Amino acid sequence: MGRYILTSKMKILTLAVMVLIFVLAFISSIIVGQTPISVVQAIDSFLNYNEAVTEHVVVLKDRLPRAVIGAVIGACLAIAGALMQALTKNPLASPSIFGINTGAIFFVVVGIVFFSVSSLQYLMWFAFLGATIAAIFVYFLGSIGRDGLTPIKILLAGAAISALFQSYTQAILVMNEAGLQDVLFWLAGSISGRTLDMLLPVLPFMIISIITALFMGKAINLLITGDDIAKGMGQKVWLVKVVMGVIVVFLAGSSVAVVGAVGFIGLVIPHIARAFTGNDYRWLLPFAAVLGAVLLLLADVVARLLIMPQEVPIGVMTAIIGAPFFIYIAKRGVTKL
Amino acid sequence: MKKYVTWQHPKEHMSFQIETKTVLILLGLCISLFLALILGPSLGNKLLSPLEVVRTIAGVSTGGNDFIVMNSRLPRTLVSILTGAALGLSGLILQGVIRNPLAAPDIIGVTGGSSVAAVAFITYLSGTLSLFYLPLAAVSGGIIVSVFIYMMSWKNGVTPIRLILIGIGVSAVMSAGTTFMLVLSPSASAGQAYLWLTGSVYGASWEDVRTVAIVILVITPLVLLFSRSLNAQQFGDEVASGLGVKVEFHRMALLLFSVILAGVAVSAAGAIGFVGLIAPHIARALIGRQFAGLILSSALVGGLLVFSADLVARTVFYPIDIPAGVFTAGIGAPFFLYLLFKNRHQF
Repeated sequence: MGRYILTSKMKILTLAVMVLIFVLAFISSIIVGQTPISVVQAIDSFLNYNEAVTEHVVVLKDRLPRAVIGAVIGACLAIAGALMQALTKNPLASPSIFGINTGAIFFVVVGIVFFSVSSLQYLMWFAFLGATIAAIFVYFLGSIGRDGLTPIKILLAGAAISALFQSYTQAILVMNEAGLQDVLFWLAGSISGRTLDMLLPVLPFMIISIITALFMGKAINLLITGDDIAKGMGQKVWLVKVVMGVIVVFLAGSSVAVVGAVGFIGLVIPHIARAFTGNDYRWLLPFAAVLGAVLLLLADVVARLLIMPQEVPIGVMTAIIGAPFFIYIAKRGVTKL
Repeated sequence: MKKYVTWQHPKEHMSFQIETKTVLILLGLCISLFLALILGPSLGNKLLSPLEVVRTIAGVSTGGNDFIVMNSRLPRTLVSILTGAALGLSGLILQGVIRNPLAAPDIIGVTGGSSVAAVAFITYLSGTLSLFYLPLAAVSGGIIVSVFIYMMSWKNGVTPIRLILIGIGVSAVMSAGTTFMLVLSPSASAGQAYLWLTGSVYGASWEDVRTVAIVILVITPLVLLFSRSLNAQQFGDEVASGLGVKVEFHRMALLLFSVILAGVAVSAAGAIGFVGLIAPHIARALIGRQFAGLILSSALVGGLLVFSADLVARTVFYPIDIPAGVFTAGIGAPFFLYLLFKNRHQF
């Protein structure tokens, strides 16, 4: 996919254009929906908020949280996916495919059902724990055997871990039918009905992770040339890998805690970003962050419009967009990145 | 020296040779299955003596337990055995054709296709069409999805790994589809559908028994006819064609059988996971690699597996009726990881 690599100046320009698209997507996320809202009304609701005006309430209580959460989660998942693809040298790597999402979900459901935890402040730790366990499992299962880490083995390990956690989650939910409907919507992945308060506890983790990731571009560029070369150049390979792993767990775990299972963003976005930047992670990561936010915002807008007055869960939307992409890459061959 | 039982047709050019051990194991499995048939209806909230069960089934009892045995426990036992058999056989065929020990109808997306079609049928069409057509819907869904997977995996032929990878991708879309319908349907039916998706033989009826039984009785002999082809295919496509196997045609036919079996099982009991993966492995551990024996034993083992899962699920946790699929998945997923570990040098 390296045909369209741009010069540095062009990259800055393209990134600027993408930020502009992001702003447009953000605005459309606020104004489009079952209750259409004009831009003037939206600005008005920020400046002179009046609880008696329906549009104002809709903007501040529903649309704005939704847009902010969508943008943040999109960026987080895209960066997590990009890091995983570098870490495992596998073009199909992403939090959903490698079972990290399902691991986090299982532990969150355990937290809700067995420990009656309801506050996100604590649930996010369950999500982190689940994401960590799944990530460690998949990485080691993918690395055992004569040839070390191979793309196929880690994919199968991911599918198996996914299936494992999914079936245990199902078991718990079936045995505790009460509240299934609530959890089900969350399980399907949704960014509606979330308040900004829900984002607050995880936000510090997300911001620190994203900033750290953005500063690691150079180190990652060295890492993907191969462990031996990186070592020869004086890089502490294990340290870079561990930091990347921790970032992935924080980003994916906190995303799951807030919105549930939203798959495929982490898979698709890094490839689109790569089309602009090549495999240069100094550029790829910021591109991925912006593009991830744009994709999730747009997917959410479309999800509102498709079957009004109901909504398609956002996780279903991203699966419909992402799975053909997965199939395309699987067909092309997973050995080349 | 292995001992064999040989049978030769007096006039035609036809013969069978089966290891004595295989015959004994098959016999043992049949006896266990027969015991299961008596044991299943006798265990439950109200305990019945096995003799009473036999009498009720034969129709010579006082009639007091007719309802429990004939309307509830017997069909449930039969459906669990039959769907297990269908899944075990379906998995065996897939593993044989794809030549990969990790293949199973639920892992490569066939069950997912059947589930989507079945859930769609229940949600949107059950008002207008009779449930009689549900198996048809499930089988068609499975066929459409597997044809799609097969076509997508085609690039100068189909490699097993590509088939599995693309199956994983397609599975994701299918589960998104089912989730979509579940989330949008009213709460009560969502709970039911979710239960059903996990795989349960709760509320099995005689119609289910009949449908699955007919499909198994028709397809098993057909698969047996292909057992030599399956044996040859294990050596790779080139060797198999050299031995006179029409590889692509046989592969298509066998995959079709596998999909039909999985689809019918899904329509009767939902997506009972991992039976298609485990049953063939247990069968292989019992009788080795000859497909003729494997076909029968995979079916028998599959039946026993789902039967035991359902028996534990409905008796140990009484009065909660846990879906059998929870147990099969709980055992099956770790088993999958074990298989991955065991075959770690292959991939």
